[in-house]
Amino acid sequence: MDFTDTPQEAQFRQEARDWLDANAPRGADTTNKFKVGGGNETEALRDAKHWQAKKADAGWVGIHWPKAFGGRELPPLYTVIYQMEESNYLVPRGYFEIGLGMCAPVMMSYATTDQVKQYLPNMMRGKNVWCQLFSEPSAGSDVAGIQTSARRDGDEWVINGQKVWTSGAHLSDYGILVARHDATLPKHKGLTFFFFDMKLPGIEVRRIKSIPGRSNFCEVFFSDLRIPDSNRLGDIGQGWQVAVTTLMHERLAVGQASGANFDEIFALARKLELDSGPAIKDSLVRDKLADWYVRDKGLEYGQYRMLTKLSRGEMPGPEASITKVVSAAQVQHVASFAMELMGVAGIIDDPRLSPANGAFQLSFLASPGYRIAGGSDEILRNIIAERVLGLPGDIRVDKELPFNQLPTGAR
Amino acid sequence: MNFDFSDEQKMLRGIARKFLKEHCSPGVVRRVLDSGEPYDQNLWHGIAELEWPGTAIPEDYGGIGYGYLELCVLAEELGRAVAPVPFSSSVYLASEALQIAGSEQQRRQFLPRLSAGEVIGTFALAEGPQAPTESNIEASVREGKLYGTKVPVADGIAADLLIVAARASASPRDVRLYLVELPDERVKREPIQVIDPTRSHASLTFEGAVAQPLGSGESHWPTIERLRDGAAVLLAFEQLGGADAALEMATEYAKNRYAFGRPIGSFQAIKHKLADAYIRNELARSNCYFAAWALSADAAELSIAAASARIAATEAFEYIAAENIQTHGGIGFTWESDCQLFYRRSKLLALALGGIRSWKNRLIDQLERQASVTSELAGVK
Repeated sequence: MDFTDTPQEAQFRQEARDWLDANAPRGADTTNKFKVGGGNETEALRDAKHWQAKKADAGWVGIHWPKAFGGRELPPLYTVIYQMEESNYLVPRGYFEIGLGMCAPVMMSYATTDQVKQYLPNMMRGKNVWCQLFSEPSAGSDVAGIQTSARRDGDEWVINGQKVWTSGAHLSDYGILVARHDATLPKHKGLTFFFFDMKLPGIEVRRIKSIPGRSNFCEVFFSDLRIPDSNRLGDIGQGWQVAVTTLMHERLAVGQASGANFDEIFALARKLELDSGPAIKDSLVRDKLADWYVRDKGLEYGQYRMLTKLSRGEMPGPEASITKVVSAAQVQHVASFAMELMGVAGIIDDPRLSPANGAFQLSFLASPGYRIAGGSDEILRNIIAERVLGLPGDIRVDKELPFNQLPTGAR
Repeated sequence: MNFDFSDEQKMLRGIARKFLKEHCSPGVVRRVLDSGEPYDQNLWHGIAELEWPGTAIPEDYGGIGYGYLELCVLAEELGRAVAPVPFSSSVYLASEALQIAGSEQQRRQFLPRLSAGEVIGTFALAEGPQAPTESNIEASVREGKLYGTKVPVADGIAADLLIVAARASASPRDVRLYLVELPDERVKREPIQVIDPTRSHASLTFEGAVAQPLGSGESHWPTIERLRDGAAVLLAFEQLGGADAALEMATEYAKNRYAFGRPIGSFQAIKHKLADAYIRNELARSNCYFAAWALSADAAELSIAAASARIAATEAFEYIAAENIQTHGGIGFTWESDCQLFYRRSKLLALALGGIRSWKNRLIDQLERQASVTSELAGVK
């Protein structure tokens, strides 16, 4: 049992570090995805594209992808090693993760070789931003319940409906989409998967304002959007299967919730005076700090266990869901309790006046989103119970009936 | 990155699991529960034949000289089987106390027999409900004779050798470790009833028993803390094994028990409860692995890692031990159900070496110390 790299891994890590040292300033990652879109967005996107191109040219994008598609065909562990190293530098983040992490694998599995060769290089070099259009106002956790329709018209499909919670749609050049081609089939069987150009007519993108304010999330409306049949991914009716593949990649990509956590509240508790004396000496505070430290470390050491699996060429399974279930709730609890410690001043939501530059207040407002995005707490617990523990699935009333005969409530 | 047990260690786990399946079935555990025997002698002899007590004892002292990672593996399997044997007292505490602080002569005298399981040792620290600390331990040694009462002492009835924490002088911080051989007519031993009778405990009263200082006699409080940290890691592995076994038991039942026309495991009320148990077990496992590494490497992180493993494993085992009964419903509350074995053991292990409250305090103390060292270093720069 040790934490050391193999000689090959160590050499790769050193190469990554050398390149990053030469090309980026060191610094902790303070990116908060609810803050993307703050400041001057055009400039930020331009900087991100510039960085992405530089990174791709140097061979740090698609590290585990097949060589035929521009990758280096190294084991997935090497991608993680690069990411670990990159997290120690101040570089633009938050624009290409969905494209590279979710859209690219789907394209590699289901698009034609010509299409992959046409689209992937631009995705890798940051020339194009991609987004993923699954959730709808009436289909969140139950994503197979989407209503956006795809009607065949000759060599084209005509798309009508609405998507929601689409990260980065307002910046995107391309999107992947799951739509219903036949509402008379049972819900999982009537779905078909596409990719399309976001600049086509019939698409309207609106930003969503979330609890913490401006966000990277969008609503997307389709009115008679026409997509060529050649942009279909998978067979007609295979959409659910393609979507599930994508969502598995999302679970690995979402991972740890960002925001104020143990380190921040420990630092606060060491500084703050309560009516009972120093906060760090208060038994209630100590009790909670200990719990949070242990969970935080449990996740960190869990990552080491996952890396060990990757290092042996095994893929992490659905147990990776734990990270998000634990960290999302913890960020919410930590933020709320930190504010509690500040007494009435805990309500101040001003980075100039609040400890930790207002990180606790921001986390308080943003953390409800972490518990929902990328698989809600409840869905992830179902996944652990069914796929890890092997408990039976719920009794379903919606699997066999034609979709258009399912009860819909108020939707 | 190789944050896992080796193939050899996993093979040892396989052997241990097979042996315990054959020799430590729930029936064996229940026999101790029902009979009032202090431990299962057949099982202990089997364990001694396999030389498990000598796992982390060097060959020079009669052990088999593997190491602490191997001992962690065995601890996990013993916990999984809810084994009714004095393993933790004799191995994690008495043998470790000798290894950490014993003199060369004491090690040569006792370690080979402890290693062979011929001698059962234990550690006597607590004196009733007040926390045993440097300032409030009352047992004392005067002119080589030990006076006072220790209660509860795990395996106090079975023990042939005691390591006792006692005051060496009237000075407030002078608690040291002593070695007492049994039987001794000036040691009165009374079995006491505890919540988990599969792990026997006793009350020991010392009325001038012969006590020799452990090692050079310089074994003060930090030695006791080091001993507790190491034992905490190993007990955390026992808790982890118990938590896994209880979760497997609950999961099996939830798959096969039907109510309202369907397996109860298809209800989210059950699913989410068991998913939460799985999450707790995994967080405990990761913390335990880190603590195993710290113990085997004798790393500076041992105190923090031991407390973390102890907290995570205590929370995991106590949670699933209670929710296993809840998943079973009424049948889980009967004497006949094995649910009680985990429930009893989970609380016993949670309180051995002091409860979770004191480990949380110790963890935060250590983190504060570490943070002030770090900020001092930063200040120097």
